[in-house]
Amino acid sequence: MTDNSSAAPPTRLPHAPLKGHTDQLPRTADVVVIGAGVIGAACAFFSARAGLKVGVVDLGEPASGTSSGGEGNLLVSDKEPGPELQLALYSMQTMHTELADQAALWEFEAKGGLMVASTPDGAEALTSLSHRQRANQVHAENLRPADLREVEPNLSTTVVAGVFYPQDAQVQPMLMTAQLLRLACDFGATVIPHTMVTGFLRSGDRVTGVLTNRGPISANACVNAAGTGAGRVAGLAGVRVPVEPRRGFILVTEPQPGLVRHKVYGSDYLANVASSVETVATSPVIEGTPSGPILIGSSRERVGFDRRMSVPVIARLAQAAIDLFPVLTGAKVWRSYLGFRPYCEDHLPVIGPDPRAPGLWHAAGHEGSGIGMAAGTGRLIAQSLIGLRTGIDVAAFSPDRFTKGVIR
Amino acid sequence: MTSASPPPSSPAANPPSTFLFEGTPVPGRPGQSVAAALTEAGIRSWRTTRFNSEPRGVFCGIGVCFDCLVQINGRENQRACLAPATPNARVTCQVFSSRIRDTSSRIPGPVHPDASARAAYADRVRVPMLSRRVKVAVVGAGPAGIAAAVTVAELGLTVALIDNGARLGGQYWRHAPTEPGSHHAEISDDKPFNRWQQRLSAQVRAGTLTHLSSTDVWSSSGGDEPASRFTLRLQPTTSPGASTEPDAAPPLPAVVADSLILCPGGYDRQLPVPGWHRPGVIAAGGAQALLKEHQTVAGQRMIVAGTGPFLLPVATALAAAGADVVEVCEASSPRSWGRYFPAALMTPGKLAEGLGYATALARRRIPYRVRTAVIEIRGNPDVTSVTVARLDRDGRPVAGSERDVDVDAVALGWGFVPSIDLGVTLGAATRLDDDQSLVISVDAHQRSSVPYLYVAGEATGVGGAVKALAEGELAGLSAIESLGRRISGSRRRQLQRTIRRHRRFATAISRSHRIPTEWPEWLTADTVICRCEEVPYSTIQQSQDTLGTTDAKSVKLMTRCGMGWCQGRICGFAYSNLAARSAGRDVSESDLLSIAKRFITVPVTLSLLAESGHHQH
Repeated sequence: MTDNSSAAPPTRLPHAPLKGHTDQLPRTADVVVIGAGVIGAACAFFSARAGLKVGVVDLGEPASGTSSGGEGNLLVSDKEPGPELQLALYSMQTMHTELADQAALWEFEAKGGLMVASTPDGAEALTSLSHRQRANQVHAENLRPADLREVEPNLSTTVVAGVFYPQDAQVQPMLMTAQLLRLACDFGATVIPHTMVTGFLRSGDRVTGVLTNRGPISANACVNAAGTGAGRVAGLAGVRVPVEPRRGFILVTEPQPGLVRHKVYGSDYLANVASSVETVATSPVIEGTPSGPILIGSSRERVGFDRRMSVPVIARLAQAAIDLFPVLTGAKVWRSYLGFRPYCEDHLPVIGPDPRAPGLWHAAGHEGSGIGMAAGTGRLIAQSLIGLRTGIDVAAFSPDRFTKGVIR
Repeated sequence: MTSASPPPSSPAANPPSTFLFEGTPVPGRPGQSVAAALTEAGIRSWRTTRFNSEPRGVFCGIGVCFDCLVQINGRENQRACLAPATPNARVTCQVFSSRIRDTSSRIPGPVHPDASARAAYADRVRVPMLSRRVKVAVVGAGPAGIAAAVTVAELGLTVALIDNGARLGGQYWRHAPTEPGSHHAEISDDKPFNRWQQRLSAQVRAGTLTHLSSTDVWSSSGGDEPASRFTLRLQPTTSPGASTEPDAAPPLPAVVADSLILCPGGYDRQLPVPGWHRPGVIAAGGAQALLKEHQTVAGQRMIVAGTGPFLLPVATALAAAGADVVEVCEASSPRSWGRYFPAALMTPGKLAEGLGYATALARRRIPYRVRTAVIEIRGNPDVTSVTVARLDRDGRPVAGSERDVDVDAVALGWGFVPSIDLGVTLGAATRLDDDQSLVISVDAHQRSSVPYLYVAGEATGVGGAVKALAEGELAGLSAIESLGRRISGSRRRQLQRTIRRHRRFATAISRSHRIPTEWPEWLTADTVICRCEEVPYSTIQQSQDTLGTTDAKSVKLMTRCGMGWCQGRICGFAYSNLAARSAGRDVSESDLLSIAKRFITVPVTLSLLAESGHHQH
């Protein structure tokens, strides 16, 4: 888990006012990052810090897509041992080292996660999962029912088992995105909002820059960090990257300080995350926030980019929240919002150079874990761009898998 | 835009409705709101804020801003401006600060006392509930909604008229209850209201019209089937029950309709000013609502400030009710008013009304100062004085023109914000109106871009009660026509003429009462912009300077502006304006749309939300 991405990373990053946001399209860049969400911002930051001249283009404003449609979780608890867990752990380590001094900028809070089960079968599955996770650097404390009540006093008495994950953390994801971009700009990056990528400059097979609705930018490398739009962007380069939107709703309650102290979720969450069903799947994910409101998720639906609210779906979220925390029965929901997870059928992100279109990198498809895997992804992309050995093995994330027919 | 005069008060006739505030008896009248009774008792604040522990009391006065939250019989977060004063109710202050920011602690805290009761309730409520099916649903019982509902019902179609007020009338015809528990009172001096109210009562008796008062619509959704084209989900506006009783399920959880007519009205538009969070600062419409409905005067020595003709009736009504109105500050310049005289001559009623208010002000020797604004409000913590300054052509305070004026209350209003969220959620197209309000686009038949969805009144463009009445009736006729009935073409053309005339007048008014371009000049770094989340101006500036936020949505995402109780209703226009300014442009449709998109339009309990999944149509 060593990393050589930057020759001399400064221990403390400068906090000069932002200069990089611009209406002017730069003519050239070392790297054009497509997408100013949290993944694009992290790619831009680590690339700029490594000395590359970076331009970030986005259809709208920073964090206006999936990055602002979720809860801001950095989780290791919801992952089975495997490449995704490795990336989550690498990201967490990056947050605690490379980005430790900036934690306050995005309200980083190591609040801890509590996964609970309400049935004996669920409890057994949970115990077995935590056992496997512990063998893979995950801190997991199995709690007795009495301990559960101490950790979460208002938890329903129907809960029979729980595992506490102290590594799980939360950030304000929009601030993390915007601040990473600001820090990237301190290293010379340029952020170009309200600009649409319409194609790629090519030299033979090679991608040599982007075409936008406001003109071209030539670049040695282009990074597709377009989230749910990554499939469209890849298509412009003639390659298939099957990232699809998977809709989720979140409910926000009135401030209820202290009622829910951690991120608490049912063990069926894991099965839902891993599923690919088209019909709606819901599982309770409930957490208190520093400012008081409680966030309630989660739902998964493959309905394209349908932005209409579905009362039946949010009704299920509400019921699941009451089941886990009966104390919330009379709590009022302030608002509801939705997001579209950029989802790949094999539930793995797409990270690395695309051999089908040399010069094009992908950093997309993180589904519901983009905030938690952004730091690691950005660092891996920067390492890859400047030709260094990557901090962790990224073979499982390679766009190669779409060539080899692993994914249809 | 203007207002009917408040009805004569008859408080003496009513038996007292005394409740306990922090253990001390406070006299109230039946039907009077908790906020009005507290205000009359000289109590200005009954809540402290979550972050800065600032005291707050009534501000919007009509259920929009949630600043007046209070605990009633142990139940938190009740809007004091809507909750009726009930005999022997226990009303207590709501204090948040001591309980905040301990979420990361692993040390056990107190278990919520109601946990078991609520759990038991949760088991009880999983029963499918029936919703009401009607041909036409009308949201809002102001002039537009009343006209729409009566028009439809008189032609024999079933109508549900849904409104969050306790009585018919909306803001314009807001009035006091004449008998305890009466929902259909007469305003003795308002003939048009009385006529409409009688027609409406006849339809209620005939069973064609159902008036659902004190009812909030918390969501609107559209179905694809004609028989369930629109579903409106409902909850009671107030829940005075004890804390062990979670909010009672409403008598009716939902209304399903073939056609929907939205007449939701609007509320005061605000521009932040240093100190506007202080108890004693109230929206102009809020001051008027306290008067009209409760005969409660918001302060003893008051200043009325902002822009628009609405300031006149507010000031004259306050003075008539006994307040010492020291002056009216109108930010715009009379130089721009000349432009609207041609339109005013086309609507002589408006001209006469305006002259009437001007005469009333002169008679009471209330100075009406133009190109003047309140640029700071001081207090300790309740309002004690304000700074008034002259404005230059761009709205900048003129150096050296500042004067201090001692007052104990301030009424502020900068035009109106139309309520459009139900229409926006249903996908109706919007447009930016002349007064920089986002409104629902309608055609000459009040049709929105969504089939079978009609909009009337302020939500199509702020224009006052006469326009609202005509639009409501026209929307009713159009809805009937679309459901296969024939309607009178001549009546329609007559209504369309009235609407066109009043829209022209409203445009002239809004063009001559612009928001002063340089209003942010009077902000200080610590001026609260978002009252709910207590976001200071400096945080917005910082997000602009360091994070490059250039639109309303990104300001919201980075600063929490508009994420609190009122969901951006109060601060939305202001922070959109600040975002647009920093990007060197005017407020855009997309700025305001990002604020008006509210899936859940009023806070709804989790239990009611959970039940809504079980509705049967």
